[in-house]
Amino acid sequence: MATTQISLIREHTAKIRPPRALWVPFELGRPLGRPNDAEFQTRVLMAALKLLEAPSGPVLADFPEDAPQSEDFAEGWACPINLSDEKRELTDSEALLMAFKSEINRMRSWYDLGVTRHGRTTFGVSGLDPGTIGAFVGGFLEGKIPDNPRADLSLALVLKLAVDDIKAYYLEAAAAEPGKSEPTSVELADWFWKETVAARVLRAVKEACQNGTDPMLKITGQRLIVPMSYL
Amino acid sequence: MARLERLPEPLRSHVAGLECPTFETNPWVDGPPLRTRRVALISTAGLHRRDDRPFQFMSGEYRIIPGDTTTNDLVMSHISSNFDRSGFQQDWNIVFPLDRLRELADRAVIGSVAEFHYSFMGAADPRQMEATARDLAVVLKKDDVNALVLVPV
Repeated sequence: MATTQISLIREHTAKIRPPRALWVPFELGRPLGRPNDAEFQTRVLMAALKLLEAPSGPVLADFPEDAPQSEDFAEGWACPINLSDEKRELTDSEALLMAFKSEINRMRSWYDLGVTRHGRTTFGVSGLDPGTIGAFVGGFLEGKIPDNPRADLSLALVLKLAVDDIKAYYLEAAAAEPGKSEPTSVELADWFWKETVAARVLRAVKEACQNGTDPMLKITGQRLIVPMSYL
Repeated sequence: MARLERLPEPLRSHVAGLECPTFETNPWVDGPPLRTRRVALISTAGLHRRDDRPFQFMSGEYRIIPGDTTTNDLVMSHISSNFDRSGFQQDWNIVFPLDRLRELADRAVIGSVAEFHYSFMGAADPRQMEATARDLAVVLKKDDVNALVLVPV
């Protein structure tokens, strides 16, 4: 069966030598370049599909354009939600957990606005809801092990999925304000990992898990909660 | 940018050090003109329908994504935390360009869009995926698919 593919890491594709590949200079997570830019995405997809008409292979072509930036890029982006109250020192787990739950509640209206505006959310893979997810993840602070809310998945996997749901909730809320400049992925990630109580909780949960005795929770803490770029 | 040299450390060294399989042969399949091809998407982004099972750690399985899946019904349970997900949160086409594919079919640039698409979860040993990939090839042929677009994340 004829295949064509998009490649994000050219060096890998050059080693593997698939029949047809289009290397693109976009960031990891964005193989079609730019969200909500149908014209640009179509150019990328067409460049990959056109390789199906190559007479022989392997073919490794390079897409010549970088992903376009927002027209408002020069203005920068600021999160619409004022979290300044949460920058106080939180010295114990109980205070941290209370601040986390408070922050989740403050994000809720913006999250709901985002869902209404876009007609979708990526939150929900853990099966937990915004009202209880903070307590579940916070339950791992100080090395405690909460009950598993799902009988069909391991506790470590539920934790990983809940962490991803929290990130999705926050980023969808932060990007929900209409009429403002489109935030870049770096702006959103910097905001989350440097400005939110959620990030402090996730770092503390990471520490607790990787210092614990459960092997799957150790791996989850070591590798799957905080991205390498924000360790 | 995903130019390897521009990734920050330690991510750059981690990605550069990933083992890549090599093959002794270079298989090649010709086919009809693009304007008559039936095209399916295969993602490695760990995508699945909302009520489908999340991917397990290091899973070599795939999930079926019917062509009538709505945008709100597609979620991601990839285990890696080292790629941007905000693009997918804003627009599913950034990792799963089904709308773009449909538009190309409407314009007769491609022949048709397959009834079903599929996603693997890319943080797995490729050798774990081989058997399921071979099974999937049989399924794709039954759907008269003769062109696959493989999309990474």
